[in-house]
Amino acid sequence: MSNSNYSSTSSSTHRLIKNKNGSVKRNELRGKVVVYSCAVLIIIATIAITLFLTIKGLQSFIVNGVNVGEFLTGLTWSPSGEGDVAYGAFPFIFGSFSVTFLAALFAAPLGIGSAIFMTEIAKTWGQKVLQPVIEILVGIPSVVYGLIGLTVIVPLIREHSSGIGFSLLAGMIVVGVMILPTVTSISADALKSIPQDIKDASYGLGATRWQTIYKVILPAAMPSLATAVVLGMARAFGEALAVQMVIGNSKALPESITDQAATLTSIITLSMGHTTYGSLHNNLLWSLGLILLVMSYVFIIIIRFISSRRKV
Amino acid sequence: MNRRISNNIATSVFILCAVVMIATLVYLLGYILTNGFAEIDWSFLSSNSSSFQEGGGIKNQLWNSFYILMMTMLFSVPLGVLGGIYLAEYSKPGKITNVIRTSVEVLSSLPSIVVGMFGLLVFVQYMGLGYSIIAGALALTVFNLPVIVRVTEDSIRSIPLKQKNASLALGITHWHTVKTVLVPAAFPGILTGVILSAGRVFGEAAALLFTAGLSTPNLNFTNWNPFESTSPLNPFRSAETLSVHIWKVNSQGIMPDVLEIANGSAAVLIIFVLIFNLSARIIGGVIFAKISGKK
Amino acid sequence: MKKFKSLAIMFTFVLVMGVLAACGGGNDNSSNGNGGEEGSSEAVSGSIIVGGSSALQPLAAAAVEQFQQNNPDAQIDVQGGGSGTGLSEVAAGNFDIGNADYFAESKEGIEASELVDHKVAVVGMTAAVNAEAGVTDISKEDLIKVFTGEVTNWKDVGGEDMEIQLVNRPDGSGTRATFNEFGLDGATPAEGITEDSSNTVKKIVNDTPGAVGYLAFSYFDDSDSNVKKMAIDGVEATDENVKTGDFPIWAYEHMYTKGEPEGLEKAFLDYMMSDEIQTSLVPEQGYIAASEMKVERDAEGNQSDL
Repeated sequence: MSNSNYSSTSSSTHRLIKNKNGSVKRNELRGKVVVYSCAVLIIIATIAITLFLTIKGLQSFIVNGVNVGEFLTGLTWSPSGEGDVAYGAFPFIFGSFSVTFLAALFAAPLGIGSAIFMTEIAKTWGQKVLQPVIEILVGIPSVVYGLIGLTVIVPLIREHSSGIGFSLLAGMIVVGVMILPTVTSISADALKSIPQDIKDASYGLGATRWQTIYKVILPAAMPSLATAVVLGMARAFGEALAVQMVIGNSKALPESITDQAATLTSIITLSMGHTTYGSLHNNLLWSLGLILLVMSYVFIIIIRFISSRRKV
Repeated sequence: MNRRISNNIATSVFILCAVVMIATLVYLLGYILTNGFAEIDWSFLSSNSSSFQEGGGIKNQLWNSFYILMMTMLFSVPLGVLGGIYLAEYSKPGKITNVIRTSVEVLSSLPSIVVGMFGLLVFVQYMGLGYSIIAGALALTVFNLPVIVRVTEDSIRSIPLKQKNASLALGITHWHTVKTVLVPAAFPGILTGVILSAGRVFGEAAALLFTAGLSTPNLNFTNWNPFESTSPLNPFRSAETLSVHIWKVNSQGIMPDVLEIANGSAAVLIIFVLIFNLSARIIGGVIFAKISGKK
Repeated sequence: MKKFKSLAIMFTFVLVMGVLAACGGGNDNSSNGNGGEEGSSEAVSGSIIVGGSSALQPLAAAAVEQFQQNNPDAQIDVQGGGSGTGLSEVAAGNFDIGNADYFAESKEGIEASELVDHKVAVVGMTAAVNAEAGVTDISKEDLIKVFTGEVTNWKDVGGEDMEIQLVNRPDGSGTRATFNEFGLDGATPAEGITEDSSNTVKKIVNDTPGAVGYLAFSYFDDSDSNVKKMAIDGVEATDENVKTGDFPIWAYEHMYTKGEPEGLEKAFLDYMMSDEIQTSLVPEQGYIAASEMKVERDAEGNQSDL
């Protein structure tokens, strides 16, 4: 490394030698304690989040006696006591999953295709210009995507369909565009990590670029590409504000893709402020939050499963 | 012949993918910046927002965003760096290390709204902090911690083993080696990562809805005593950040110039996020050039 | 080396801040309560938090601004968060005044007997319909049919041949509760697009042929020629008709305190009810002064003459 490091190292050696043995040990111990306590804190934070949200999320089932099956599969959501109380969250669960999958359907081919372009076709230009730009786009806040959805995509859909513009389709486009840079950037990293040797071997055998991509690169990179897509989906599933701004937040199941829908996150952001703590409605919102928590664990398990296959 | 045709088709498909993506993203940035720039002037940046009249600015929101960012970094950088040091240097393969790795993974994959709900439950309600900057910063710490941990671990691991061994061979203790050799050597990487994560924290909104609140009290920008309620530095007041403002004016705003305010705020937000990203890149590049130049 | 020391200092700072946070939070609340009582003279001082209903927030914020001009030492923090948050927080003691669009009694989980109601204004609302629907006067019976989805085309209630697009408010919102109770006689509306903001509702109704939602009177103005006020059973939706009780869809804007208000709380609430606010700011912002009402309503929705 640099010279300054060497000098600082030697100066501290100097001091260490002068130090009594005891203080060195104390120092060492102190360092260890600080580092270990930070590590423990991270564990505590994770456990606390899981525990608090689980307990709070289960309140509606334990305290209010909500039937879990009805909650997960019911189609009517009317928890605030207008008419009959009903707490079927299925339309929101459906909404979250359809936004996620539709967004992935849009972002995965486009993202992976662009990653291949960047790493295999236009290498220098792709990696010097495109990749940095895409990495910057990963950092664009989601509310900005929501704003553009609201001012551009919603009116566009309104003009070209019978509906009102706010729709599942708008949500899907906004989220799809939002996760596109994420998917592209992780895919490009995965493709770059494929050893040049095996590509050269393929070209050496007379394979065309497409054959090399299709027969060699894609199979080798498949687990990592799948991870990229799953990470994008996890982000899509948990996205709240951008979706809420464009999806229309209707509590009924959408009949078509241009129909309004709602997601778990959009209902939470929309209703949280209107409920009083401890009421059935409020507890049900925490239960929706619990579904989000459980799903983020599920995404981790999927990613672990995929990467465990990579080692085989 | 056949091979060549399929090769050409495939190549054009990939080019098309890239073109579609680039077009989308360029349009995105262009749209925000061109629409937003028209709204940005000094009075927009330096006047108070109005909840119902035309012509509100974003002075307080901008200040709140930076203040919450600073607080978040104050909490998350030390914790994250030390956590990263643990994973890179002190962890032995085993159950506890696995638990920590899983924890970091869980924290990093939590949707930000879930982090916000946790913040509402624990910081706002149980700890009685109310909707406040400090509650918001604590929630964002949860959100940012895993990023810093990973960046630190990666940066330390990428230091050549020789360097560490040389230090240890001189009889320097482990902790001292970490302090005097590893952390300084990993510093450029950590710094770059921290600045990048700052961009993410700066734009975060969902985690702040339920923790830092949707409003800002009247601030007196001549009073810098953090313990007074009108002070901009008071960490116990509610604070609406720039990204929360964009969401709020769009979904609840009742002023007539909602679109102008939203576009202007979005452009300001994007510009700062770009500044964070570019400066991280430039700093990283400069330091990398220095290091590799000397080698 | 130095870098690391500063890191350690930062870490201790974090811990200190954490402790401060814990203590500070507590102190903050107690000083809020005490602060108000000190100001017995004309200009009051201290600090309180007013929060809740987003519908009431602009009025509260504007009133606070004027109040502070007379009482520069009084710190009043106006927060949003929604009516539910307002009631919960005032009951928990985190807000000193909780704003709500509905009676505390109508919500579970709130000890309404502990809260004291201050009805600071009245807001009238009616169905907002896109002009192309061709209906601006509707019987209550038909209105219910429209909103419950029994009819799906405007031609069935005397309008154009055009599909009806419902625009709802979220569950638990005060506007929705009021409209359902007094506009739809308690019927549950059919599903439709759900938006939290009056402005968004107005924009959708304006842009979408056949759309219908509901808005407070103040959101109707001449500039939006596409958004029409709906008269119900021949009664025009005007402030006058609300004051006399002829027009049924209206609600109080409430400011709740936990126990009787004291000190700054009381001073501010008195100011809210004073003629200065009731005759200027309240109508300016599109509300109806509570003092001008000729009828009153209790938490169960029973209306009686004053």
